Formats: sequence, structure tokens, C-alpha cells
Amino acid sequence: MSATSRAAKPDWLDWVRARPRVRTFIGAGLPVGFVTVLLLLPYLFLFAHSFFRLTNGRLTHELTLENYRRLFGTPLYPNTILFSAGIAARVTIVALLLAYPLAYLLAFKVKRHRNLMYMAVIIPLWVSYLVRAYAWKIILGQEGILNGFLQWAHLIDQPVAFLLYSKWAVIIALIHIYTPFTLMPIYAVLEAIPPALKEASQDLYASRWQTFRHVVLPLSLPGVVAGCTFSFVLSMGDFIAPGLLGGNDSALMVSNLVVSLFGVAFNWPLGAAVSVVMLVLTFTLLWLANKIETAMNYAGAPARRQETAVGAVGAGGLRK
Amino acid sequence: MVGCGAMRLASRAPPPTTHNPQPSAVSRIIPPILQLQHLTKRFDAFTAVDDLSLDIAAGEFLTFLGASGSGKTTTLRMIAGFERPTSGEILMEGTSITPLPPFKRDINTVFQSYALFPHMSVRDNVGYGLRMRGVPKAEIGKRVEEALQMVQLGHLGERAPRQLSGGQQQRVALARALVNRPRVLLLDEPLGALDLKLRKEMQLELKQLNKRLGITFIYVTHDQEEALTMSDRIALMRNGKIEQLSGPREMYEEPVSRYVADFIGETNLLQSTAARRLGGSAARLTIGGREFDATATKSWEEGKPAWLAVRPEHVYAVTSGDGSHWLPVRVVDVIFTGVITRVHTTVEGAGSLVLHWPAEQPAPERDATLTVTWPVERGRCVGD
Repeated sequence: MSATSRAAKPDWLDWVRARPRVRTFIGAGLPVGFVTVLLLLPYLFLFAHSFFRLTNGRLTHELTLENYRRLFGTPLYPNTILFSAGIAARVTIVALLLAYPLAYLLAFKVKRHRNLMYMAVIIPLWVSYLVRAYAWKIILGQEGILNGFLQWAHLIDQPVAFLLYSKWAVIIALIHIYTPFTLMPIYAVLEAIPPALKEASQDLYASRWQTFRHVVLPLSLPGVVAGCTFSFVLSMGDFIAPGLLGGNDSALMVSNLVVSLFGVAFNWPLGAAVSVVMLVLTFTLLWLANKIETAMNYAGAPARRQETAVGAVGAGGLRK
Repeated sequence: MVGCGAMRLASRAPPPTTHNPQPSAVSRIIPPILQLQHLTKRFDAFTAVDDLSLDIAAGEFLTFLGASGSGKTTTLRMIAGFERPTSGEILMEGTSITPLPPFKRDINTVFQSYALFPHMSVRDNVGYGLRMRGVPKAEIGKRVEEALQMVQLGHLGERAPRQLSGGQQQRVALARALVNRPRVLLLDEPLGALDLKLRKEMQLELKQLNKRLGITFIYVTHDQEEALTMSDRIALMRNGKIEQLSGPREMYEEPVSRYVADFIGETNLLQSTAARRLGGSAARLTIGGREFDATATKSWEEGKPAWLAVRPEHVYAVTSGDGSHWLPVRVVDVIFTGVITRVHTTVEGAGSLVLHWPAEQPAPERDATLTVTWPVERGRCVGD
């Protein structure tokens, strides 16, 4: 080999270029390293911490199942998870009820400015999440727009306080934030339904409602599952909207619990254990959603897109 | 096979009534099942179908033939109810169905893309129309099995559509429409996606089904050979209008215009430098300085450009010309195609001419000069 002559060259880039294996290593190594250092290692640390013991406020590297025992033994923790799931379920149901008809209109009824309308639905996603959460503070607050309007309309005499800093404020904000996420996969699936299928159904004596019930709805279910997974997983793990708008109720959201366990109580092992349980729950849900979608994968191509959609929820959830 | 089935069941079904290509003869016996009256469909500035009127006899196999954009599919979609005519009426047995949605019409469609429901089994696809009409379950099961037997797919009822080949999917689409026993079956280029051999088979099967079941078939295709093979009558469409409406043989032998002559089969079109009417339906055309008599068609008027249309199989070489009714041509190419040998030639001042060379005679050399002629009655004088 002429490695010596090449190694003698001062330019190290030439040295790399001449070696395909080194090149591959660097090319694949960067993203793999990125994921390992920023994602896998933190999870590993988290997982490890959940088995450590906290003695007199100090972390001891002594393996124990104490954290999990406490997690499942104290009603607070399972209740918090259930409460969060309840919030997420309500958000998901309302988001679905809003998103499905809108996606249907966009896919089938809007002819002229369809892309523009779609953008109008999606554009809120470009606005910072924090700004959108704060916007609800302005709308729902005691001096807020809603109270102002209600007073102006003489529906109330005094500003009402229950609007802001309650689980309802959290639910409203989360619905607003996650409805576009629910809409996107449903729209994608509806738009992919060949018009000839609807025509064939009507040709075979099915009314418009029957056509929806027997053809359009079943074919759109993969999108519905993907959309619901989006909004459920994302809103269950949300801690910013509850933190800003939830008041005392926010303490009952699981992500806020984790935040306070880490940041206030300094009980890292217990916080880690709660996180691990949440991770397991989330992945189970994603796996389940993927299973359902694959089972409903009639046409082949469209549902594939949805698989990546659920994958994206996973990534989004992890980013949080 | 369907072929045998057709034989067996022929005694049960009424005998085919539409061997006569003359529409008037048919409609005198049976009233038209469908009447299209002055149908017009405009999309913005584009007129897809332009004042089209047509009576369709019960039980006949009618084909809308035409190039893409000629309006044939739009016409079919108006009959099905997917498009509402801009003006005009569609009558079914004398009653207007123009305002009815597709699901209230006693008409079923076989779609070009088959449009099978991907989330249903073959059996559920076929039973869909019966379910929507509230037919009792037991009867649905029985009729679905019969329909699947008819298209030879009885063993594949539990399959999903995507597990079937293109030909099988086509048969499911056919069964799904026929199981409802519609009065009229619409077929929108249903064989377009199949390979040639399968297409030929299906052409025969469709024709036999039409005769056996007594259901009116309205077929759309751009394939003239397919139209000639299957149809009782062909409506050749051009720019939203019917250019010629006739039986296949008449359309082939007596094209009414240059467009039809060119569209159906292969035709030599010799441009004349001068043409005049002789009285009756005869015309005299001047081609390459020689005069030829031909049958005048209504597409040509005196004073307008005229072409002499003659099929390659009617042109033959002679040793010496008789009178003036012959043309000197120069051989450009000789192509052996198996059944026939095609001889391509040029005619001075009149373009090119193809003739079919008899298999038993030695083919001419390239660049040879030939004297060709054809029976006078085979030549037609057509306009643009």
C-alpha cells in the first residue's frame, strides 16, 4: 500500500477521502453518536437512577426496587398518571371531533383554495408553543378577553376566576395546540381515498351517509388512530400548558410531578422511576397504535405514511 | 368456462335480438331502454359533450368509441349519474332520470380502475349493492355465490381485492355490478389494464354475458378493434358529437367521413385535386392526374377537399391498367407480418398507399413500379 506516501501528505482530509471505511465510519458515526449521546445515554442514566437509593437526601449508588415499590404503593402516583390520561383522553376526543369534519371538508368539499385552507389549519404550528399557551392566559385570565366580553355582554357582573388556573384551561389550551396534529394524518388518509371508491359506492345504491359509513370512515380509520395517538401522547406528556394555565390542578399532571420530583424535591430516583413508567406506557401505546394501523392497512401505500406519522409522535414525545 | 355456461343458459334467456345493426329495426320491436336527448356537458369553457341525442335499445351492446377528450367517458358518467348534464335529458323507459343521484338509478358501472373496496373481502364487495338495498341476508349469500360462479371466482370469495391479479379484480368488479341485475350495465374501459391475451378472452366473455343475461351493455373504449369485436352498434365520438352511429361492419365498410375511415382499421386516404358529383351517390375524383369513381359520403360537399378512402385489403396489383381506373405506384417497403405481406408504396402527387399482397404470389422488390387498382365500389369519397 502507498499509505505511507499518503500519510505523509499534510492535508488530513485527503487522508480521509482515500479511505472508504474511515469515511463510512465518520458519515454513519455522526448521527449514531448524536442519538447515542443525546438520547440513549440520558435514557440509560434515567433508567439506572430509578434503581438507586436516596438516603438522607443523598444519592447512593445502591441498587434497590424501593422507588418502584413506592410508586405503585402510594396512591398519588398511579392517580396522577390516571388523571393525566383522563385529561389527554378529553383532549383527544374533542380534537378528533373538531379535526375529522374539518379534514373531511378539506379533502372532499373544498376545491379551489384547498392548499390555502390546509395551510390556515397548519399555520398555528409555526407559532411558538409558549406563545400559544400564553395566549390562553390572556384570553382566560380575570382581566382577560373572555371575561371582558362576558361582562360587556352583561352575562356576568364580576370577572369569573375559574376559567384560568384549572384543568379546564389546560384542556382548552391542549385542544387548541394538538388539533392540527390530529387533523394532519386524517386529512392525508382521506385525500388518498380514490374518488372512484365513493362513486362505486353510490353506484351500488348507497346513499351519501351510507357511503361515508361503509367506505370513507373505515378507510380513514388508520388516520384517526394516528391522529388520536398524536394528541393523546403529546397532551399526556405536556407540562408547559399545565404549568402556565393549570394552577393547583397542574400538580396532578404526571409531567409536572416529574419536574417537581427532580427540581423541587431533589428525589431523582423516584422521578426517574415515574419517567420510566411513563416511557413504558407511551411506547406500549405507540406499539399498539402501530399494530392497529398495520391491521387496517388495506390499500398498502397510504397506511405506510401513517406508520411514519406514529413514528414522528414517538420522536416528538421523546423531544419533550 | 363461461363459454359453456353461455351455451347451457342460452335456452333460458331470450334469444339475442340485436343482430340487426339497424337501430330503427330494433327499436320498432322493443322500446328504447335509454334515450339521450340533446345532452350537453360543459366544463367552464370546454364543451365535453355537445347536443348528443341517441336511443339505446334494450339488450343491445352499444359502444362509445373515440379518442381521449372526445366526450365518451363524460357521456357514460352522465348516464351513471356522476355528472349532471349542463342541458338535455336522459330518459329510462320514457321516464326522466336526469335529476336522480347515482344510487337511485337502476344502472351499475364497471370502473376503469375497478374501484373495489380495499377493506372488504371479494364476497363483501360483490354483496355491497344488495346489502345497501336491504336484500335479505340469505338471498344475498345465494346471489353472491352465483355471481362469483358466473365469473369463475367461486373459490376466492374470502380473499381481499389486493390479493387478486388484475384479471381477477376485473371479474370481481363485473360480478359486483351484475349481481344487482341492473337494467343497464356501464363499462368504462374495463379491459384497459389487462394484457392482450386476457383482453381478447374477456371481450368474448362480455359479449356472451350481454346476450345471455339480456342486460343492456354500454361500453366505452378508445380501442377500435375492441369496439368492432363486441358491439351491436358503435357510436364513434368526435369533439363531443357522434360522428357515425352504425354496426361494426357498416362502420368499417362504409365510413361516413375521413375521420371515421382513419379511426376504424387501416385506410388509404388519397387526396384528390378535383372532385365533382356525378349524380346519385357517385363522385368522380382526380388523383395523380387520373380520374376515379367512388361512393360519395355526406361528409363531402362539392367544392370542398375530397379524399378517396380505400382499405389496403381491397387494393391489388395488375399487369396492365384497365381504362383510367388504375394508379402507378413505387414500392417503398415490403413488410411480412405472418398472415399477410404489407406493401408500402408512394403515389406521385397523392401521398402514400398500402396494399396487402397475396401470400401465394412473390412479393415485389423495393423501388419496383406497380400498377394498382381496386373495385370501384370499394372506394369512398370522404370529406374532412
